[in-house]
Parts: sequence; C-alpha cells; structure tokens
Amino acid sequence: MFISDTQEIMAKEKEKKSKDIVEEVFQPDPEYKIITRDLDVFYGDIQALKNISLFIRPFTVTALIGPSGCGKSTYLRVFNRMNDYIDSFRLEGHVYLDGNDIYNGKINLEKLRKDVGMVFQKPNPFPKSIFENVAYGLRIQGVKDKDFIHERVVSSLKKVVLWEEVKDDLKRNALALSGGQQQRLCIARTLAVEPNIILMDEPTSALDPISTGKIEELIFELKNEYTILIVTHNMQQAGRVSDRTAFFYLGELIEEGLTKEIFLNPKKERTQNYITGRFG
Amino acid sequence: MSNEVRNRVKDKLFRYLGVISTWIGLVILGIFIVNILIDGVMRLNWQFLTSLPSRFPEKSGILTAWTGTIWLLFLTAFFAIPIGIAAGIYLEEYSKKSRISNFLEINIANLAGVPSIIYGILGLEIFVRKLQLGGSLLSGSFTLALLILPIIIVVTRESIKAVPQSIRDASYALGASKWQTIRHQVLPACMSNIITGIILALARAIGETAPLIVIGALAYVPFVAKSPMDEFTVLPIQIFNWISRPQHGFIINAAAAIIILLIITFFMNGIAIYMRNRWQKRSSA
Amino acid sequence: MRKLKEKIIEKALFISAFITILTTIGIIWVLFAESFSFFKEVSLVEFFTDTEWAPLYAEKHFGILPLITGTLLTTLIAIAVALPIGLTIAVYLNEYAPRNFSKSIKPLLEILAAVPTVVYGYFALIVVTPFLQKLIPGMSGFNALSPGIVMGIMIIPFVSSLSEDALRAVPNTLREASYGMGSTRFQTAFRVLVPAASSGIISSVILALSRAIGETMIVAVAAGQQPRFTFNPLVSVETITAYIVQVSSGDVPTGSIEFKTIFAAGFVLFMLTFILNNISFYINRKFHKQYE
Repeated sequence: MFISDTQEIMAKEKEKKSKDIVEEVFQPDPEYKIITRDLDVFYGDIQALKNISLFIRPFTVTALIGPSGCGKSTYLRVFNRMNDYIDSFRLEGHVYLDGNDIYNGKINLEKLRKDVGMVFQKPNPFPKSIFENVAYGLRIQGVKDKDFIHERVVSSLKKVVLWEEVKDDLKRNALALSGGQQQRLCIARTLAVEPNIILMDEPTSALDPISTGKIEELIFELKNEYTILIVTHNMQQAGRVSDRTAFFYLGELIEEGLTKEIFLNPKKERTQNYITGRFG
Repeated sequence: MSNEVRNRVKDKLFRYLGVISTWIGLVILGIFIVNILIDGVMRLNWQFLTSLPSRFPEKSGILTAWTGTIWLLFLTAFFAIPIGIAAGIYLEEYSKKSRISNFLEINIANLAGVPSIIYGILGLEIFVRKLQLGGSLLSGSFTLALLILPIIIVVTRESIKAVPQSIRDASYALGASKWQTIRHQVLPACMSNIITGIILALARAIGETAPLIVIGALAYVPFVAKSPMDEFTVLPIQIFNWISRPQHGFIINAAAAIIILLIITFFMNGIAIYMRNRWQKRSSA
Repeated sequence: MRKLKEKIIEKALFISAFITILTTIGIIWVLFAESFSFFKEVSLVEFFTDTEWAPLYAEKHFGILPLITGTLLTTLIAIAVALPIGLTIAVYLNEYAPRNFSKSIKPLLEILAAVPTVVYGYFALIVVTPFLQKLIPGMSGFNALSPGIVMGIMIIPFVSSLSEDALRAVPNTLREASYGMGSTRFQTAFRVLVPAASSGIISSVILALSRAIGETMIVAVAAGQQPRFTFNPLVSVETITAYIVQVSSGDVPTGSIEFKTIFAAGFVLFMLTFILNNISFYINRKFHKQYE
C-alpha cells in the first residue's frame, strides 16, 4: 500500500540537510491530510509532547496507542485546538491540516472545529432531545432551514445506524438512551456538521462489548468518507479498526507504521515490550 | 452507678434531648401560627382584602398593602434577575482566577451578610435623595434588588458549577463559541435550579420591612399605586403599623394581614421546592 | 464579527458583576460621608461614652452606649436560646438520626428562617410577652427577653445547619477511632467531634450573632423605643436597628443632626456586623484547610 512511512520521510530530510542542500521552507505535501512537524507541547514547565513528526493520509484510520499519560489525548486535541482552554498550554512546531498551519496565521476556530470533529471517551450527549443533539451543530452555525436540518439529522442518524432504533421518537431525551446508543448519537452529532477529520478519544472504553463491536463496525464504514484518528488502550481494537498505528511513550513518538507491521514486526524494542504486555 | 451505665444513660438522655430540640422550634412556630389564625381568621373577608387603610380598624383593609407587595415583587424581580444571573455567569464562566475575581467573591460574601436595614440607608441616600426618586416603588425595588442580588448571584454560580464540563467540551468541539455554549447548553441545563433560587430570594424580599421603612415607604397610603413613581406601602409595613396602634381592632387587622402574608410566603417557598423536586426527577430520567 | 459580539457580551456580563462592587462602595461612602458630617458636630468621645441616647429630645444626648447595650442584650439572649438548641440538633442529626430523617428535616428547619421577621415581632409582642408576664411579675410590656427568645428561635437553623456542615467535615477516621475504643455516641460527639469541629461551629455562631445584631423588626415591635443603658432583660430597651426605624418613620428634617444620627448609628451597626462576618469567614477558611 504505502511505500514510505513517517520515519522514511524524516530520514530523507536528514539526508538533504547533511548534504548541505540549501534549506527550503517546508512545504506541506498535499498528499497528506494531517501533518505535524517537530511538535512540542508544554503545560507550563512540563513537556507533554516531544518533537512529534507524523504524516497522515486521507481516508485512513490511524490508531494512537501507548500507556496512560503519554500524551496521546493531548496530541489528539492539538488538531481541534481543544487544548487552548488550558491556561498553561503552549505549543511549538507546526500542525498542518490540508496544508494549512492551524496554529500560526489567521485561523477561524469555529470552522476548524466544524471540519475536525471529536468523539469523547465518556458519551456526553446534551441533556436535550435526540433531534436537538444532532441539530445543535447546524443551529450554532446559523442554519435556519427546518427541512435542511431535518434531512441532515436523519441522514446522520442513518450513518451511525441509530435511525431505526430512534426514529419513532426523536423528541425523547438523549439521556434515556443506552451507553452505546448515546455514543453513536455523539458520533451522529459530529457527522451532522460534515467534518472531514474525526478525532476519537477512547470512544469505546466506557461501553460494553456489544456496543463496542457496533462502533468498531461504524468506524470501518466511516473510513470511506473521513480521516480518522483514534486513541485506544485496547490493542485488539487497534488491530481491528486501524490501517496504521502510532506508538507513543512518555510524550515521544517511538514508532509509526502499518498496523500489521507494528503488531507483528515492531522495529523498536519498547514497542515490542508494550505490545506483548510487558508494561503499560 | 458504674461509669458504663452512666455513659449509656447520658447517651439515651441526649437522644431524647436531640429529638426535642429538633422539633421544639417548629412546634413553637406552630403554636404561634395557630394563635394568629385564632386572632385573625375571622377578620378575613372580601371587605378586608379590598379596602384602603383608614382611621377605623373595622373599615381598614389591605388593598394598598397587597397591591404594593405585588408591584414591588415584580419590579424587584425585573431589576435583580437579569443583573444577578449575568453577574453569576461572568464570575463562573469568564473570570479567571485572579486578584480581581477573588475580591469580587469576597465582596459578594460580605454583601450577603450586611443587615438589610443598611441597604435601606443606602437606598435612602442614593435613590431617594441623590436620584430624587422619593419614597417611590422605584426606590423600593432598586433597594430590594440590591439586597437580594448577592443571593441570586450565589445561586446562579452554584447551579452553573454543577453542569458537567463534558457538556461544554462537546459544545466547543462542534465549533460553538463561549456565549453560544453558555446560552444554548449551560444555562438551559441548570435553569431550573436558578429559578428555584430566585423564587426563594423573592419570597425573602417580600417579607422585608426595615429597608423599606428607611427609604420612606409610608404606612398610611390611602390609594393604590398606579405607576413605579408612586408612593406605596407593602404588607409587612402595614402589619408593623397596625401592631403599633393601641386599638385592639388594629391588632386583629394585623393578625389577618399576617395570615395573608404567610400564605403568599409559604406559597412561593412551596412552588420553589416543588419545582426543584420535579426537575430533579426529570433530569435523572 | 463574531469575535466582537463575544467581547461585547463579556463586557456586559462584567458590568453586571461590577455592580456588586458599586454597591459596597456606595454603602461605605454613604455611611462614611454622613457620619463624618455628623462627627463634626458631635464629638467621638461623647458618642462612645455618654450613657444617654436622646437625639430627638430638647436636651440632646448622643451617647450610643444604650443602643449598643440594647443590641447586645437581645442578641445574647437570642444566642443563649439558639446555640444549645442548634448545636444539639446538629449533633443529633449528624450522629444519632438516620440519614433519611436528617435529609428531610433540614428543609423543614429552614422554614424557621423563612418567616418574615415582622410576623415574629407580632408573636413576640402579642403571644410571648403576655405569657412571660404571667411567669415573671413586674415585667414590662416592652422588654428584651421576649424578642430575644423569639430571635433565638428564628436563628436556630443558622446554628444547626452550619454546625452540621462542620461536623460532617470532620474525617470519619476520628469517629471510627472513638467508637472503636468503645465510646458511646454522646462521648464521641462531645469529646471528639465537637472539639474537632469547633472552629466551624464557632464560625457559625459568629454568623448567627451577626444576624441577630442586624435584626430589626422583631426588636422594633417588641423591645420598645426607650434606649436604656442597662442589661436588665425585663425592661424596655432600644437596639441600634430599632432606633433607625424609629427615626426614619418620623418627621425628621433631612440634613439635620437628628437625621444624621441614622448614618452614625448605621455606621456602628455596619462595622459590628462587618467585623464579625469576616472573623467568621476567616475562621471557617482555616477550619476547612485543616481538613483538606
């Protein structure tokens, strides 16, 4: 499938530098949907992410794995700038989405969050009706057309395979749904604003195995239309749903590559130890 | 008696003392209320409710007083609610931990503990004299609004604090701005709590007497107030005035007026508690 | 465009919050300015040492002591009622009563604080005073005992509720240690828990004190309007608050020295409650830090 992985790209750059070729200004390669380069993230004096460079192609599912507290969630939140709400947060380096640096230069935060959706670990539907949950994203953009909203709500609920279960009473309070249904509702809510990237932060860790299975099927379907990053503690899950996997340890990106490669033939010893359960 | 037995006796005695103490206040209040009912319930009739005050106790009524109370209730609510909720939102959602925000918080805690008569003195100087509003409903409602403002602010803050952060996160992640998140998610989620607190604050406001006396609400107002600039009286002041008169007829009037005031007060408290229970059940559905 | 709207909203919300600061500034300024003007005509020495308060009579006296003793007398009687009862309730609900009972009785006790104070004044004058007069011959119709007792009943929930919170904040390990040694509930409560919660309880008592000092209508109705420099609970006295009501309902010309006594008295009242409140806050903060 893919010829070069992140490390190969970086290696090529190093080569360029060592050959004393005049440093060009880095042009984000349009082949990649998401790029981070030399990304450093600090919370006050603590460095949460060290020198992360990662290149992600469109319409793929990339799993971020690693022990707790290694910066995976922080990394995820870099892409929709949810870390901005933490006072001590500081970022150095570059983050490119579709070639645009989202931390430097003029960026419309609201549009960014429309394009980059997020699904959280614990399902967090709004304490409103099922319909209003999905419609919220459209309403805050100022969409007033009732038919348009209705159509979008229906199609989003269908995409997450929730429509059949709730179509009889869209006015029911979302909190009355089961955990698995709530999480699918949250995904529908995200899809309603038509993002092209979806960030998932351990989306099934609070759910039962059956709901987990349903959501994993869903992720597999969504891959055709969206670029997905998923943080997961469950390595079997990473194996099931992702094309590529990135292994984080203590804020550093240890290894990244095809999921099959990472799990069957990891290059770094630490990766090997984590995968076989020797720690973490 | 051995030590052990003595200790057990003390324990048992205290248990009885505990039960008695818990109920004694309410029992005494009950006795008071029964007394009031005996004194005043006979006086309650249509004439009493619709007459203006007069020199003769039999002819006097509480029309001016209860219309004044209603007027004051709505005007005070009109001023205090938007400012109180807005201030609560600011303190809880916008202000960051800083010296100013700390100072604001301590200040509000202090204001909540200032005796209500001091608010009357403030109102007298600022609203009645400096702003030349006289002893009008406007002065009275401004004064009471300032009085209950700290209560509404605290209740708003507590209610907002109880809204889980996950709701805000979900809203921001969809691209909503801070105000959109507050207006469409945070406030609706805790509005019932805020309303309950507001009703309780207003119930307290209509029972206030001292600050209104200080700003010049008169006891003898032989007309019904028709505009916010009119002079006025309220039930508590009318009651106070009647109690201070020697004629026994006025004491009866006072008792009857108290019954009306208590009905209004308990009704408002009752609604607040009922709403709180109902909404608690709904949100845990 | 959106950013501008957000900024405007934030500013508007800030102004609402700022009104509270304006209120405080207003209170302090009004009391200070008018008191300052008052003290130009009446010396501080006379104000604080003269034992007669008679600003409305032909022969004027401006000694605040009678009003202060009146206030203190009624307040102390109130605390003498509310403290034992309130503390007993707190200990009982915390250590003896089943959880459900405690939960349902708490809002009921709040009813005591919800009754308008003028109504309590009626009770004090019309019900309690005649009753006490039967027990204590020679007690006058206006006195400090009756409103004091009624005020005490009113502030029971202050003491009980806050003391209960303080007791609940004491870590369970202390309870378990005491019971583990074979103590009865009574011993545990009064030898271990109450001392451990003492700062919290004291802070609640101070707040109740402050509330009683600021109370107006019960004393205005039942204590009388004769300022007396005395600690005799059976005779008519006047509190600071009742005096302010008395002057305000009269025909005192604005700007006159009699009028200014409102502010001088108000100033003393404000300082008293302000100091007490902040002592209470301080003690309470220290108490909670202790158990964090």
